[in-house]
Amino acid sequence: MSSKNVRILIAKPGLDGHDRGAKYIARALKDNGYEVIYTGLRQTPESIVQTAIQEDVDFVGLSLLSGAHNELFPKVVELLKQNQAEDIIVFGGGVIPEEDIPALNQQGIKAIFTPGTPIKDVVSFIEKNRKT
Amino acid sequence: MSTQDKLEQKKKQWEQNTLNKALSKFPERKTEFTTGSSLPVDRIYTPPQDCQEKYVEDLSFPGEYPYTRGIQPTMYRGRLWTMRQYAGFGTAEESNQRYKYLLEQGQTGLSVAFDLPTQIGYDSDDDHSLGEVGKVGVAIDTLEDMEILFEGIPLQKVSTSMTINAPASILLAMYMAVGDKQGVNNTQLKGTIQNDILKEYIARGTYIFPPEPSMRLITNIFEFCSEHVPKFNTISISGYHIREAGSTAVQEVAFTIADGIEYVKSAIKTGLDVDSFAGRLSFFFNAHNDLLEEVAKFRAARRIWAKVMKEKFHAQNQKSLLLRFHTQTGGSTLTAQQPDNNIVRVTIQTLAAVLGGTQSLHTNSRDEALALPSEQSVRIALRTQQIVAHESGVINSVDPLGGSYYIEHLTDEIERQVWEYLDHIEKIGGMVEAINKGFIQKEIQDAAYHYQQDIENSERIVVGVNKFTVEEAPPKDLLKVDPQLRKIQVTKIDKIKQNRDNLQVKNNLKELRSAAEHKSKNLMPYILDSVRVYATLGEICTVLRDVFGEYQESIVL
Repeated sequence: MSSKNVRILIAKPGLDGHDRGAKYIARALKDNGYEVIYTGLRQTPESIVQTAIQEDVDFVGLSLLSGAHNELFPKVVELLKQNQAEDIIVFGGGVIPEEDIPALNQQGIKAIFTPGTPIKDVVSFIEKNRKT
Repeated sequence: MSTQDKLEQKKKQWEQNTLNKALSKFPERKTEFTTGSSLPVDRIYTPPQDCQEKYVEDLSFPGEYPYTRGIQPTMYRGRLWTMRQYAGFGTAEESNQRYKYLLEQGQTGLSVAFDLPTQIGYDSDDDHSLGEVGKVGVAIDTLEDMEILFEGIPLQKVSTSMTINAPASILLAMYMAVGDKQGVNNTQLKGTIQNDILKEYIARGTYIFPPEPSMRLITNIFEFCSEHVPKFNTISISGYHIREAGSTAVQEVAFTIADGIEYVKSAIKTGLDVDSFAGRLSFFFNAHNDLLEEVAKFRAARRIWAKVMKEKFHAQNQKSLLLRFHTQTGGSTLTAQQPDNNIVRVTIQTLAAVLGGTQSLHTNSRDEALALPSEQSVRIALRTQQIVAHESGVINSVDPLGGSYYIEHLTDEIERQVWEYLDHIEKIGGMVEAINKGFIQKEIQDAAYHYQQDIENSERIVVGVNKFTVEEAPPKDLLKVDPQLRKIQVTKIDKIKQNRDNLQVKNNLKELRSAAEHKSKNLMPYILDSVRVYATLGEICTVLRDVFGEYQESIVL
């Protein structure tokens, strides 16, 4: 199983400045052999989708700790659809209450990784869902 | 043979006879021991050479230079620290209720959390505010929200800390205007604005303007307050968020003091006398789990700042040398797993802050890795402080860990490594340059990465996360912020815009713009005039964005 050519965008939607987790995930995924792009802070769903399409990524990982995930995560999925890019897989992480996760899954966020998730879980998620 | 030689000889004998025998039977658990921030830890520490001379020079007595043992001679024997829980969410009405609850529960100071749009200078009806209104703090759009926030709380009786940075001048102006309306003179207002933009570029992310105009706003506040609001702490130079971003204890102190040096330099450059503002500078640190390392960190920070102010800036007033600091327990040490364990972590961190001589303290709630804290969790957090204060007995002697061989060694070692960083930053050309070059960000990220790797491969144990785990049911009773909140705020803004004197607003904003264009003007009076006529926070920030431009993050990975 090679991780070559899988491209992942790690993005910070909204106004939240907590980027420790996003940066850790970006760097750790890079160390696992993936091509990783990190957006930096304060991205709108529109700009995230634009970058995802431009960079031709396979996955978008959204990180948010401010509580705006219920509004902003689904918006990204919706905009990907509108731009015929629904094959890009969206996952998320941050301070996300357990009870919010089923609704996020239903709206097309494929996985939510809460604090304390080992990086190997994220890697196995990517390996399971990547296009071969 | 000198006493020191006898000691060395005795130590060698101990190693050969007692220790080696034990080690051959019972090897130690690890070959190397380190602190939470990876400083090496020896098996045992012994009295240093010239112990008493060192005491006089490096430690001295509390309330005396270099303040290693505390900034006051009696510390908590005189007065306890201020118990100050950071709180705010939803509307001003809801937050006002929480403040009144906390004051009833025995809290002694207020600490206002603002939502992200407020912190970044957007009104609730701005597109950028989608999903964020009222989430991590209270939404403030106009003076009216501030009036509601402090309704029934007499401002001459409380001290209020406001976590606000890029728009600190605007929120301070609103606070002053609320005071006016309550009939409280500005000179009676007590509190702190965070107002520390440099750490926003490094670690916290709520910047608006580029460094140069941001530094101007900060020195404008120093100057204005020294005359009009003399009891307000004009800045809280913050290591807290640097540590949360993953720095070590040494980096937390080094980068915070380097930020402090930059602010002092910048104020002196505009012509202010160091003693006119230095006494109102305050600090804000983190308290993590490695109890003794943290205690040493606070002691080292005090000593270094006193030396910086005396030797580098030649401050004359004793108050200018004091590192007064607020502490918050470490948010990033909280685990979403088995959240009640966090109460224990917070207790250790509370002890670290108190044994380190903090002036005020916020204790985190057990559920904060999951959501904003519930009322019940906030109460336990406050009770933790009260138990340490009233039951543990650690407050009865000043700097009770002073003189511990290990504590003194760590204090010296942290100080030594901090000076190395300060020298290096000076060589780069100061903190603004070091941030622009990404040096600071890179140092923090490397530390954060290695820390997390240690957890991933179980070299570092986090109870409930990578060891001692259990299956658990999802937690209940988490606080939820009303998703309809944005609509409520938008209605309020619309109503204000209909009822205020719009011509006056336009004029005052025009005056503000023209003042902003002249670098020598102090902007505080113009901002006050704008908030008083109910110009929105977003309107004021738009004017300043037009003139100053916006900061672009330099991404370092």
